[in-house]
Amino acid sequence: MFEDRIQLAHGEGGSLSRRLIEDVISPRLGNPLLAPLGDAALLPAPASRLTFTTDAFVVTPLFFPGGSIGRLAVFGTVNDLAVAGARPEWLSLSLILEEGLERSVLERVLDDVAEAARIANVLVVTGDTKVVPRGAADRMFLTTAGIGVLIDPPPPGPAAIQPGDVLIVSSSIGRHGVAILAARESLGFEPPLASDCRSLLPLADALRGAKVMIRAMRDATRGGVAAVLHEWAAASGLSLTVDEARLPIRDDVRGACELLGLDPIHIANEGVLVLATPDEQAPAALAALRSCNAGLEAAVIGRAESERGTPVILHSTLGINRVLDLPSGALLPRIC
Amino acid sequence: MKYLDEFRDAGLARRLIDRIRRTATRPWVLMEVCGGQTHGLLRHGLDEALAGVVELIHGPGCPVCVTPAEAIDFACRLSLRPNTVLASFGDMLRVPGGVGSLNDARSQGGSVRIVYSPLDAVELAAADSQRQIVFFAVGFETTLPATALAVLQAEARGLANFSVLQAHVRVLPAMEAIVDAPDNRVQGFLAAGHVCTITGYDDYRDLARRCRVPIAVAGFEPVDLLEGILECVTQLEQGRCDVSNRYERSVRREGNPAAQGHINRVFAIADRPWRGLGTVPRGGFEFRPDFHAFDARRRYPDPAPTLPVLDDGDCRSGDVLSGRIRPHECPSYGVACTPEMPLGAPMVSSEGACAAYYRYSTRRPPLACPLPR
Repeated sequence: MFEDRIQLAHGEGGSLSRRLIEDVISPRLGNPLLAPLGDAALLPAPASRLTFTTDAFVVTPLFFPGGSIGRLAVFGTVNDLAVAGARPEWLSLSLILEEGLERSVLERVLDDVAEAARIANVLVVTGDTKVVPRGAADRMFLTTAGIGVLIDPPPPGPAAIQPGDVLIVSSSIGRHGVAILAARESLGFEPPLASDCRSLLPLADALRGAKVMIRAMRDATRGGVAAVLHEWAAASGLSLTVDEARLPIRDDVRGACELLGLDPIHIANEGVLVLATPDEQAPAALAALRSCNAGLEAAVIGRAESERGTPVILHSTLGINRVLDLPSGALLPRIC
Repeated sequence: MKYLDEFRDAGLARRLIDRIRRTATRPWVLMEVCGGQTHGLLRHGLDEALAGVVELIHGPGCPVCVTPAEAIDFACRLSLRPNTVLASFGDMLRVPGGVGSLNDARSQGGSVRIVYSPLDAVELAAADSQRQIVFFAVGFETTLPATALAVLQAEARGLANFSVLQAHVRVLPAMEAIVDAPDNRVQGFLAAGHVCTITGYDDYRDLARRCRVPIAVAGFEPVDLLEGILECVTQLEQGRCDVSNRYERSVRREGNPAAQGHINRVFAIADRPWRGLGTVPRGGFEFRPDFHAFDARRRYPDPAPTLPVLDDGDCRSGDVLSGRIRPHECPSYGVACTPEMPLGAPMVSSEGACAAYYRYSTRRPPLACPLPR
């Protein structure tokens, strides 16, 4: 018997567990590699080196404008593989469910997982489900791990960034973090701010197709673009200068950030690539990115320079340079 | 973006900087009262653009910074009471009290909820009659009307499980205390635009006349701030000391009478301790007797009151808040005191002067040399 709500027994390996897999999970995620439902999936031998990554997802609310925990769990892992120069192939999916979770919520999340996996052309080949007592989890936590097959040699990485290289973002920034904050706190923006949660594979493919030379490429998630730039400055030993006027920021995100006292460059994204390329490669990189829907707002935002005593410098719209710092701890809104 | 871009216009800002430089025949010392203005000045580098002409001293207008450590400790103890939720603005969570911060209390099992408005705390109380909701009310006259409104709503809705730990402060007495101090250097004020939106600025005329300081009501964007600075410098050069509204799109002379009405119904002016400054006469508020039922101090006689905790010797936040020193002149700044490990509230709050310096300024210790232009 499968009730409307998840019970502890759904995670205990008995008949309810089996019904959960057969009635809810397999119909949505089934594929020949998952079908045997063994202890481990048997994968075909790949033609080249592998990349492997994992991520945990604890977002609240589970559904938000522009995405859900299900889409995040697939695209988050897929994007980590994509920026490493790989074609994502196989995912694992672990569900930690809170006792009492509505079955319909689980079904909607799994629908989103299935749709995102189709979009990214990956297979969920193994998984696990645990149910914890009410209060021991916030409704639902997901973990995905992903294996990708390396297509080309991966970008050499931030240590290879040279003075004069340009810094590019693939899209407007700050949308995911602001959308989550607005949804979580019921801030009531109209129209609602939407997350940019999406696959970055088309962007990586377009850059590869255009044979753009990339020094470093990252998915700018938590900590925002600022966190990526700080990592790169440390790894390269260079100073990175950002031109504030060139940062692509949508008006709704800017407005919300002004209201909440936040800086979009510190805010999480789920669909923004940051890349460093040699100066002469920038036009080709921008053209490749802008050929994709996810890259229509791509822009050059700054440049690497020889070390100037400050890791990341923001050139403000008033023409004044200042330190671009990393935020410390959680981003909390100001009060007045 | 409308109402924003025009006040960040780089060309206009540069012209104002030029006019200030041409107007000033000697260096002047101004204080921007509000922490939001401090952040605006530093974020846009206006302090450096005016170096040598105008010295900006950063004022006490960071409500989180002046909230007494004792109040934070009491809030922490309330959050640890059974069936009690402490609702607070997010800014307060990391501020160290005498014992710890609300974040520390939360990690010990305290129930702390971040709210964006006092009215959200009223809704929490309405939604859960089994639990006591205590709203930790801090801030200047800017946030006070919403606190008053929350109390009035809770009264109208008969919410017996709602109360307020009230630590609101008034900005004008602090300005008076600063200019009346024997070592005062402040020659003009940028008054806090959002406070004046509520209070109006009639009350500032006495201060301007008595202490012979020009006061410009100013906003928070570069052009707003520069307009206010130009007004003060012009008056100082001409030997005038008037109150002038340079934030006209938000501030009217009489302020917001409806908001003032809510405040006056619920609260009366009272002496109040300010963190770092000591007791400021008429520097805060108390509940009027009709609303004592909503006063968390009366509802929860504190089982473990601590002596007022003074900032220890390594943190000179009192001197920073009163403009005696600038943040980087404190020996702890950036060394023993950083946003990750703050010794004092001004390093924590998004409005705090030390945090503004740490975040934006070129004076951070890690910078071996000044930033390139």
